[in-house]
Amino acid sequence: MPVKVLIVDDSKLARIVAGRALAALQPDWERVEAAEAEEALALVGAGGIDAVLLDYNMPGKDGLALAAELRAGHPSMPIAVITANVQDEVIARARAIGATFVSKPLTEEGLRGFVSGAALRLRAGGA
Amino acid sequence: MSAPPAGSLTGLERDALTELVNIGVSRAAASLRKMVGAEVLLSVPSVEVIGHRRAAALIGEREAGALVAVMQEFSGAFQGRAMLIFPRANGLELVRAVVGEAMADEDAAEMETEALAETGNVILNSCLATMANMLRRSLTMSLPRVVHGDGASFLGAAEEGEGLVLFLYINFSVRDRSIRGYIAMVMDLPSLDALKELVGDFIERVMGDEGG
Repeated sequence: MPVKVLIVDDSKLARIVAGRALAALQPDWERVEAAEAEEALALVGAGGIDAVLLDYNMPGKDGLALAAELRAGHPSMPIAVITANVQDEVIARARAIGATFVSKPLTEEGLRGFVSGAALRLRAGGA
Repeated sequence: MSAPPAGSLTGLERDALTELVNIGVSRAAASLRKMVGAEVLLSVPSVEVIGHRRAAALIGEREAGALVAVMQEFSGAFQGRAMLIFPRANGLELVRAVVGEAMADEDAAEMETEALAETGNVILNSCLATMANMLRRSLTMSLPRVVHGDGASFLGAAEEGEGLVLFLYINFSVRDRSIRGYIAMVMDLPSLDALKELVGDFIERVMGDEGG
């Protein structure tokens, strides 16, 4: 079964950019999208999602709060938080949750480390 | 795809512009965090095309008391005014956060205007430069001015009237300090048309061009 990645961002454009970068790195991975946290939680809850890319600054629940909730139920799921907000506290919180910090504007290069790590982790986990 | 009427943004244009502002302001927040030594919290940006009076009212109605603004005009491919606006009473608190608590009250008060101008300059430049880079255009920025007043005075008498403006704003606050305010950008309609073209090019680059 192909790896399925959930992209969560309130900006449609940002979701497209993330989807393209991901497709360039892992053409076989499936992509699904959500525009906000509750939709993302419902999708992950329904099962079948292997990894998630989260925007930080979203209306309602922000990406770090969402990452923490997802982490609680999925201890080994690869999670990336994508933001231009490179404040120490934001990076530290991402690390504490066990999420990878990826900077915006998102590029294929910027996403490569997370995607390689996720591929390894998912293979090791037998996903 | 037919061109939308002047002054309107398509859904994707608004989305792209909001994202550009979000990235610009997030970078600016990281700069401010270095200056004040505490986390800077941001709201999600809002992008609206509204009447000039409504824009003035929006600036005024968000805070009850007197306001202080650091403003810089920007020009180039598009032009307008960028502002960092706080309640008047927050000015000194921001200066203290930047220069340290050890400074005597009168000294802090004396350098308030200069410190506000410098802080505003760092934040507004960081935000505008990020947006300009992503749009692949350069913008020229005027020196910062510190102005006391209200929403109407910040928008400028010369721009008064019934015309539409592009109004972008985002709230910020500093964790564990009573510092809050917002960043606002105002552009007139000719600038909005120029900006729409650049945003269109930006959308095409990120969506269409396989080479990235």
